[in-house]
Formats: sequence, C-alpha cells, structure tokens
Amino acid sequence: MAIPDRKGHFAEFGGRYVPETLMFLLNDLEQQYKLLKNDPTFKQEFQSLLKDYAGRPTRLYYAQRLSQYLKTLKVYLKREDLLHTGAHKINNTLGQILIAKRMGKKRIIAETGAGQHGVATATASALFGLECEVYMGAEDVKRQALNVYRMQLLGAKVISVQSGSQTLKDAMNEAIRDWVTNVDNTFYMIGSVAGPHPYPLIVRDFQAVIGREAKKQFLALEQSLPDYLLACVGGGSNALGLFHAFFKDKTTKMIGVEAAGLGLSTHHHAAPLAVSEVGVLHGSKSHVMQTPSGQIRIAHSIAAGLDYPGVGPEHAYYQKIGRAEYVFVSDHEAIEGLKLLSETEGIIPAMETSHAIAYLSKLARTLKRKRTVIVCLSGRGDKDVDAIKELL
Amino acid sequence: MNRIDQKFKELRHKRKKAFIAYLTAGDPDLMTTKELVHALEGQGVDIIELGVPFSDPLADGLTIQAASQRALKNNVTPRKILNLVKQIRETSCIPIALMTYYNPVFHFDEIRFVQMAAQSGVDGLIIPDLPPEEAIDLIRASKKHHMSNIFFLAPTSSLSRMKTIIDASSGFVYFVSVAGVTGERRTVAADVLKKVKQAKSLTTKPVCLGFGLSQPQQIKKAAQVADGVIVGSAIVNQIIKNANQEDLVSKVSRFVRTLTCELD
Repeated sequence: MAIPDRKGHFAEFGGRYVPETLMFLLNDLEQQYKLLKNDPTFKQEFQSLLKDYAGRPTRLYYAQRLSQYLKTLKVYLKREDLLHTGAHKINNTLGQILIAKRMGKKRIIAETGAGQHGVATATASALFGLECEVYMGAEDVKRQALNVYRMQLLGAKVISVQSGSQTLKDAMNEAIRDWVTNVDNTFYMIGSVAGPHPYPLIVRDFQAVIGREAKKQFLALEQSLPDYLLACVGGGSNALGLFHAFFKDKTTKMIGVEAAGLGLSTHHHAAPLAVSEVGVLHGSKSHVMQTPSGQIRIAHSIAAGLDYPGVGPEHAYYQKIGRAEYVFVSDHEAIEGLKLLSETEGIIPAMETSHAIAYLSKLARTLKRKRTVIVCLSGRGDKDVDAIKELL
Repeated sequence: MNRIDQKFKELRHKRKKAFIAYLTAGDPDLMTTKELVHALEGQGVDIIELGVPFSDPLADGLTIQAASQRALKNNVTPRKILNLVKQIRETSCIPIALMTYYNPVFHFDEIRFVQMAAQSGVDGLIIPDLPPEEAIDLIRASKKHHMSNIFFLAPTSSLSRMKTIIDASSGFVYFVSVAGVTGERRTVAADVLKKVKQAKSLTTKPVCLGFGLSQPQQIKKAAQVADGVIVGSAIVNQIIKNANQEDLVSKVSRFVRTLTCELD
C-alpha cells in the first residue's frame, strides 16, 4: 500500500480534518501537485532554484573535533544551515511557491514559530513578486525579533497573534482562519509535514532532497550506509527530509529528537510522541498533547520552532511501525548542545537543531564501538544569539 | 425519528422555517446556559445548537473564540455538558444538537461519545472540522443511536461534493453562507441563496443557512430559500454584553425575539 494512501492516511494517522470551505481547494491542490510532480518544466525550474538560488547541494561535513570529543561516534553534519536564509525551510517554500504560481494565486500566507519558515516564505514571495502575510505568535515575535525584521525587510507583513499560547499553534489557527476567508486568491504555505492532506506529503517530498543528497554523499565518503540518522522534531520537516530516502535501509537507525522543555512530567514540554496520545489538530490525526477532556495543551520549548503540541502524521506512523525512535532533550541540555557544537566545530546551530546535537552526547555514551551518524544541521543560530545571551 | 426530524416535520406541516439558536455551553456558566435554553424555547427558537468549547476553534471568529475561552476557564467539559442536557431534558423537548470540534469527541472515544450523548438526550452532532470522509465510524454509531449527523456545505462545494455531503447528512444540512469563520455580517450574498436553492433541488432533507446571520432582514431573506436559519455570534455577543447582569436571560430572550419574529 502507498504511504500515504489516496486519502492522505499514514495508517491511522494523517487525513483531512478541515472545514468544508477548504475541501475543494485541497482537492485542487492535490490534483495540481500530482500533475506538477511529473512535469519536466516544473522539475527543472525547482531544481535550478534549489541549486542557483538556495545553494544546493549542501555539504556533508565530517565534524572531526566533535567526533573526537564524543569518542564512539563519527559525526557527519548535513549543512542545511548553509542554505540561503539559514535553514532547510527554503527547500519547501521554493517548491510551494511554484505550485502557488501555477494555481494563479496572488497572495501567500504562512504560519511561523522561530521565524525561519516565515523568512523562507517571505523570501520566496519576494522572489516571485507575490504579496505575503505571515502569522506569528506574539510570544515568538518577542523572542525571534531578528527574524521579524528580516521578514519585514523582505516586504512581508508580520501579523502578531495574541490568542491562546501566542506561539506556533495559535499562529496556525489564525492562518487557517485567514485561508478559509480568502480561499479564492490565497495560497497557504504550510512550513512543516503537518496540516491536512496533501500538505504532509508535499512538504516531505520537497524536503526529501536532504536525505537523497546525504545518502549519496555518505556512500561516496564511507562506502557504506550510516548507522544512525539524527534530527530534531517539532512538526518534523527536517527530520522527515533526512529520513525519507533511508526508509528502506533497515540497517540505518533513525532517531528524532523532541523538545522536553522543562521536563516531561511538567506538561511544559513539546514532546507529543513521547507522551503518546492520538488526537486531531490543524487538519490531521497524529500525536497531540492534550488534557483529559481533549483540549490541546500549550507546549513549551526554548526553541520557538519546536514549541508545538502536535507532530507530523508520518512521524507518528514511523514510531508506530518502529521504523524510527523518538527521544527527547530538555531546554537545559539543548543549550549545552549549542555550546558543544559552537566550541568544537565553530558552528553555532539554531536552538532547534541544538536538541539533535545535545542527543549526540547521550547516544555516544550508550555505544561500545565506533558508529557513524548523520545529523541534520537544520538551521544556523544567528537568530537565537540575543535570546541565548540573556540565558547564559 | 428523533426530535430534530420531528421538529422539521411539524414545521413543514405549518409551512414554517426553523430558527436555530447557538449557545456556547458554560458561557457565562452552565446554570445560565440551562436557563437560556428554556427561555429561548419560549421565544420561538425551534432548535438549540449547543457549543462544546474547544481550545482551538479554527472555524470560529473572535466572538465564539472568546466565548469558548470563557467556558473553558469555568472548567466546562464534554461530560458536564452531557449532564446539562440531561437536566434540560427533565423539563424540555427542544431538539438539541451539539456543536464541537473533532478532537474532544475523538479523545472521549467517538463511539462512546455518541452513545452517551444519545442517552443524555442529544439529537444531533455538528463538527465543522470533520468531513464525511473521516466520519465513517461516527456515522455508523450515530445511526444506531438515532443521532443526526449534520454536515456542512460551503459556497465552494462542487456539485459532486454537495451530493456526498447531503447523502451523509441527517437531521438537516448546514449551509455556510460565507467563505470564512463564524461572526456577524450585514448581508447575505445573492449567489449563496442561489447555491442553497441548488442544494435544495438535490434533496428533501432540510437545508439551513448559518454563519454571519445577525440582522432581521438577513433572516427574512435567508428564510425565503432555506428551511431554517442559524444564529450564533449575534446571540453570544448579547450574552457578553449583558454578562454579570441579573436580567441577562430576559435581555437575551428579548433580543432573540426580534429575530425569530421574522419567521412567524
């Protein structure tokens, strides 16, 4: 059976849980995407944007000093942080903007947490001369002020969302409300492998370039497949981007790192896969943090891009079939991860990515002999410098 | 035949249109909600749409978002609302449909939810983020317990989707008057009424119009075509306006009467 199936289900997860007003549009998007996916002009246009504009392929870099420090791990970093705009998010927005253009949409909207997807959306919109509005929780507007200003410079309007937890979840609620209202002229650019079908599929396909490149590069360097893949998981787009090409390579273990925030016992975390409750949020069925009466909990993570109570349905599926393992790292440990990579390799990772780095130390301690690992270095940490300065 | 079907049969017989009033359960508190249901029944309201608050109501505008937040602050839960309906049923036969989002129902266990709701005296379920495609189990359970499944049609629905939705619906079909979220608006677009007519030509099931209706003349116009009108935000706004006042219930009732009289 194809995954996802015709209705966008990854076994029991995924699907399409949206108001009726959006159904025709999602059907339309699904049809358009099916056609475009195999359209040579689209493929060529997308490839050249990724290469000439975004800077693909990204390097697979052997982190020698970090590996020496960890002893039992030979670490390769997939340098998505070196892409234009500083994170993997641009892979997806360049693909989606081509779909939007093909569908004749004049206005782009997006939600953003850390602001990386917002910046990538604003960038793609500027490149194609389309109007762009980005919804961002008021809390995130504060802690990611630099990215807010970048979006504004790129000509986008940033709408500060005051409702609920004032973070990514609420930004997505508002973006969906806007979308329902302006469905005729507006394209909603979802930034993660979440949302109603076909978004989890589209975003995964556009991000899968990460894993395809990494696999080829790793084979060339090591003449084998890696033992581990490691990536942080909020909605989960960089992780799925890295994992997808290795799905059938059963000897390669996949590890997704969720944000444990202040600790799993506190509810102040963003690790829905760790607490393992199924629910429906923002158009698809997956693991969702919720109260005993089915209200969505407010997530917490030091990393705005992971601060989300849900997760992409394909990750829930990977976890269920045992293809990937999901672990968690606290705010405090993530900061240590950021320092570790900065000091050993001269690379300041984004706070989100720092969760994956932090888990390297934990993994290394469990290993008896040398193993190889590819870490998706999903974004750079420039945006976080101010916030970290206050913490350290 | 449940209370909703019975009501539409009666109305049809009298050549009348249904007035459906929305209330968020627990706004301002469950006791007042109960009093409001009884009071509105006396003011010409035919069916109550009772909102079960959800933390992330993405089909709702600011008014009902705020009402949901107020109710959640009062620790209102699906279980307490089912109890409330049970209490209302001691003295009233007014048809009641619960309006909520899919997560609270799914989390409760949808089969058990339908069963318990039916036992409490609920007649229908309205879940805006649950299209018929994802509702197979819910529909099956609902049939068993004579629970209506009220699905939505939108101005953007294609003809083939209209047929799918009408087929899956029972009780009535909820036609959304605008592309957008709930909230008061001043007019009803003429092409929406044309769409409602089209939907009605496909079925004998009642088709009711909702979203944005708040003015007497809108209601008059909508009722010329639709089998019923649904008013939500306008009533919720009256509740918040009169919150903390002793005569809240009578003030809201008087307001609702200015709308229901359009259907007399």
